[in-house]
Amino acid sequence: MGLFARIKDGLKKTRQIFNTDLRDLFKGEGRLVDDDFLKELFAVLVKTDMGGEPARRFRDRVAKEFRGRVIALDDMLTSIKAELHELISQAETPLHFADSGPTIIMVVGVNGSGKTTSIAKLAYRLHAEGKKVVLGAGDTFRAAAVSQLSVWADRIGCEIVKGKQGGDPASVAYATIAKALEINADVAIIDTAGRLQTQSNLMQELEKIRRVMGKQIPEAPHQVLLVLDATAGQNAISQAKGFSEVAHCTGLILAKLDGTAKGGVVIPIIQQFALPVQYIGVGEQLEDLDLFDSQQFVEALFDGLG
Amino acid sequence: MFESLQTGLQSAFKSLQGKGKLTEANMRDGLQLVEESLLEADVSYSVVQDFMVRVREQALGEKVLLALNPSEHLLGIVHQELIALLGPVDNSLHLKSDVTVLMLCGLQGAGKTTTCGKLAQLLLHENKKPMLVAADLQRPAAIEQLHVIGEQVGVPVYSEPGAKDPVKVCRNAVAKARSEGVNVVVLDTAGRLAIDEELMDELRRIDQRVSPDQAYLVVDGMTGQDAVLSADAFNKALELDGVIMTKLDGDARGGALLSVKHVTGVPVKFIGTGEHLDALEVFRPEGMAGRILGQGDVMALVDIAKQKFDEEKQRQLEEDLAKGQFTLAQFRDQLQQIAQPGLMQKMIGLMPGMGGLTEAMQGEDTESAMKRLMGVIDSMTPQERSNPKLIDPSRRHRIAKGAGVAGHDVSGLLKQFDQMSGVMKQFAGKGMGDRMRMAQQMQNSGMLDPGARMTKTKQGSGKRLSAKDRAKAKKLREREIRRKKREQRGGGEVRAKGP
Repeated sequence: MGLFARIKDGLKKTRQIFNTDLRDLFKGEGRLVDDDFLKELFAVLVKTDMGGEPARRFRDRVAKEFRGRVIALDDMLTSIKAELHELISQAETPLHFADSGPTIIMVVGVNGSGKTTSIAKLAYRLHAEGKKVVLGAGDTFRAAAVSQLSVWADRIGCEIVKGKQGGDPASVAYATIAKALEINADVAIIDTAGRLQTQSNLMQELEKIRRVMGKQIPEAPHQVLLVLDATAGQNAISQAKGFSEVAHCTGLILAKLDGTAKGGVVIPIIQQFALPVQYIGVGEQLEDLDLFDSQQFVEALFDGLG
Repeated sequence: MFESLQTGLQSAFKSLQGKGKLTEANMRDGLQLVEESLLEADVSYSVVQDFMVRVREQALGEKVLLALNPSEHLLGIVHQELIALLGPVDNSLHLKSDVTVLMLCGLQGAGKTTTCGKLAQLLLHENKKPMLVAADLQRPAAIEQLHVIGEQVGVPVYSEPGAKDPVKVCRNAVAKARSEGVNVVVLDTAGRLAIDEELMDELRRIDQRVSPDQAYLVVDGMTGQDAVLSADAFNKALELDGVIMTKLDGDARGGALLSVKHVTGVPVKFIGTGEHLDALEVFRPEGMAGRILGQGDVMALVDIAKQKFDEEKQRQLEEDLAKGQFTLAQFRDQLQQIAQPGLMQKMIGLMPGMGGLTEAMQGEDTESAMKRLMGVIDSMTPQERSNPKLIDPSRRHRIAKGAGVAGHDVSGLLKQFDQMSGVMKQFAGKGMGDRMRMAQQMQNSGMLDPGARMTKTKQGSGKRLSAKDRAKAKKLREREIRRKKREQRGGGEVRAKGP
């Protein structure tokens, strides 16, 4: 399956709901854009989790352009797509690799957002591209998180540096980088324990892990990826804010986009924090991680309607 | 928890306050704000609409217009409707006399496995014999995770390494439970998408072949609009008996709980409020609605106080206080009880009218501040502890050195102790309710100002300010002082102009 097809497949459920809802608005040939119509449109948009404010912007744009007119679906779609593009248009941002030596990637996020699985997928992807990958099992808090990542490392066939359950995550990070330097790896991906952005002690721990990483390679970590759960609502904005402030995130992974959740919350996040969405998780298999592309995201979301 | 929704609604109602009479128009503004706030809180759109209709119907009636204080009345209606939507309450696990089988299900990463451990802990507390069953055969190391949790709690975990069929594992587990005198079996199923027909089928098969007595849906407190869809799908597949919401210790507004409750109609049993295995609280709609509206949650506070504080020590303290004794040693005991991880923030969040304070305390490392205070007391001799007046500059220097703090920290602690002892003596012999009222009065009068006291101990604020930020803050402070002075001067002039 091609890349585009796979993303479309993953987003199918998302799209189906979005489209059904939108189709419902257009029973018959066209519709008069009045208050009722705008209210229904607002409901459809809010259900994507994009949040009240962006949904209002879309609605107001449609109101401004079409109020009092009978419009066809195509006209409105073009308008919404244009607006959506304007909001999240961004340069395609593949991972940035260090000029020399290993590239250190730190992965952070709240509990259960999908960090460990996303790391496995990312490692698999890079490994398949011919890169030498080392994993660092830095989640020493959650029971069996280290074994979970070890299972993945075995399946991928890459190196893994493990810490003890309850051990110091910063020392695991240090050891991982040391290993990466020793075996001349291209990439080291370091897992961290899930934490809520409001737990200040645990957030400070992230700062410490960062600091320790910088001891061997001053620029490390080169990339800090925040994993967001696509089913999350507006709290994801608070997550992006909290983790960006402490861990200095460089990009996002939007996990679990293969369900009915729409992940619309990335729209305000991209707007507010200028954080690019680098990858999306679209399934449970190792290969189910794809580059995010705003164009495709928008198109796939509205595909089959236009 | 729920603070963000709280702030939102409070600001919605603030706009109603100060308008002597509530007109239909200005109430509509308030209701509009409530609606927006609920949407921002991730309550699903359709649920918000239903809710607003119910509130509007009552609010736009005669009653409100005739009521003495319209904004209070409106607040009351929203509060009542929230309780009505979140209730009725049923926290019972409906345990049978022989073996009760509980099944937990939910999306990936909702917190099922952790919740299993928390339930086991709770059952142990109630003198039951629980057993956990590793029926998640999908996620790598999920079985091992449950084993580790089982060990932490001290309950048996049933698993079949290498098994492929969760139905078989569950059936064997229940059979084993019967033969070993276990009362409650908790099935930890694999996380799945509600649209994954294959896995939902598997869940249905477990339901039919193992026939659990209770099926609970575990929902992530941070879930957005999708909550309606997934909860509905699980409910249709399984006929749920209850809901457990997790991760409510952060700043997630938890509005998804309203959505899930609305679509499933099953009672909310528990809420997860922390990573530790005892952080599972019984759900109470009144408390939740009270929290949403910024009225605090006194009942939960009492619950925590009862659970966490060593009763024997409390009783001893009560007796001593009644005799008018309060020493530094007792102060230290108090600190030690409060210095448990996360407890302080949790309690302050629950205190009426102090919701905003948790926000102010973000980044304040309360626990380590408490530990530092305890360190200071530990560095004193027993004589000094029972009679702090002994502490002269040279002793103070010794104590400070011992505790690794500055001399003024020791003085600060002694001053604080002095204030505390007065308060503690007043508290003696009063019930929890009286104390809460007194604490609130003190807070209102500015006597208890944890924020201010914390800054005195000069620990990190969690944020490192740049020189620029500091200069900015200073400028702001000075402007505020000038404004206050101006106001005072202005006030004086007005009086001077009077007759």
